[in-house]
Amino acid sequence: MTSEFAVPDGLRYAESHEWARRDDDVVRVGITDFAQDELGDIVFVELPSIRTTVDQGEDFGIVESIKAVSDMYAPIAGEVVSVNDELIDRPELVNTDPYEGGWMIEIRTDDTVDDLLSAAAYRNQI
Amino acid sequence: MPVTFDGIRAEHAEVRNAVGIFDVSHMSEVSVWGPDATELMNRLTTNDTTELTPGGAQYACILNENGLILDDTVVYRYPDRDGYLFVPNAGHGSEMVDRWLSFAREHELSASIEDRTDETGLVAVQGPDAVQTVDSVASDSVADIPRFSSIRTTIDGVSCLVARTGYTGEDGFEIFHPVADSETVWAAFDGVQPCGLGARDTLRLEAGLLLSGEDFDPETEPRTPLEAGLGFVVDLSKPNFVGKETLHEIAADGVSERLVGIRVEGRGIARQGYSIHADGKTVGHVTSGTLSPTFEVPLALGYVDAAVAESGTSVSIEIRGQSVDATIVDQRFLNSLGSATNK
Repeated sequence: MTSEFAVPDGLRYAESHEWARRDDDVVRVGITDFAQDELGDIVFVELPSIRTTVDQGEDFGIVESIKAVSDMYAPIAGEVVSVNDELIDRPELVNTDPYEGGWMIEIRTDDTVDDLLSAAAYRNQI
Repeated sequence: MPVTFDGIRAEHAEVRNAVGIFDVSHMSEVSVWGPDATELMNRLTTNDTTELTPGGAQYACILNENGLILDDTVVYRYPDRDGYLFVPNAGHGSEMVDRWLSFAREHELSASIEDRTDETGLVAVQGPDAVQTVDSVASDSVADIPRFSSIRTTIDGVSCLVARTGYTGEDGFEIFHPVADSETVWAAFDGVQPCGLGARDTLRLEAGLLLSGEDFDPETEPRTPLEAGLGFVVDLSKPNFVGKETLHEIAADGVSERLVGIRVEGRGIARQGYSIHADGKTVGHVTSGTLSPTFEVPLALGYVDAAVAESGTSVSIEIRGQSVDATIVDQRFLNSLGSATNK
């Protein structure tokens, strides 16, 4: 079961199925392959405005598929400094490319992502 | 039936462009036959049973005494034996059998009524290529079966009632067979895209077809057929049927709320229960909605005050606290949104 979903090793994961990757002073965030598969064909993504601050575990946006509407939770606290506008017109990127083209937001923070689940730990969870 | 096999969009597209297959054995089936079978069917459904010739079928509502829809159903007159088969929605079979039995007893109508749900399997093969698909496996030709008609034939040796009916807005067939032979029938269609509940819902919604339990329900969404846009299956000239008196009164006064189609102009799916606003006040609510894979816009069905029910009326839907623009359109979206120059 676990091997059917992509869980790249270089990323960290939240139990709520978001991934996080530090790129210099920002942490890039999206939802995992497992999450996009559960949701099905994604049709709308609602992302926060730039300069929004989020706490760890706070909902930062919404992903909507034909089946369901789902909140997304910030894996780390900080200020939103960029959002993936591509998802306005191409929400399907979250399904086809959840870890690259389907990224959601970037959060500026000094906090470490190492407290989040490792790829191995997340693989065990799903 | 799972929500999806290979993705709702892919399955939906396959049915619109080619052919897909649905296992809909969850539906109920009731057989009614005997000297007063026609009278019994005619008293308990809204359409005119006497119109049905052998092999004919018709869509109808089943009402309670107050004219409220208990269920919708297709009534099939058997092509090759006495009597009728009707198909209540999943879980409604025994309720309808009880209803038919009490009515027959009370009015001294001589008819046999049998719940065939547990013995009957049902698959639906739907799409523009459905004719050639079913033709290639059925021992008799199906190409000339008229819409809303059925024949008895065999598929891989299994006796089937093949009806040219469906719930997708496409050409296609619903194939009734003994449940013990379900695997054989399913295997006969190997290679045809299996479709799940998700695509079943997006397809029927685009076709403007109602879902029992969502778009009407005696407990949670009590509606008469006149409110639900189902007046076309109500024959008020019939001498007598359960619910007729109430409908007569309503037909005279007019309905205060009607079912409409809704095209959302902004972002977000209008889902069941979301409120509909116009001129600063609440005018109705959504009963079912989705993102239409064919038109790439959110579409919905809902009830609104008769005053705002006209196609072209601008309304708004409250989606998660935001007011999103929408337009009332004819619920037969495949027709009303089909051309480029629509209001």
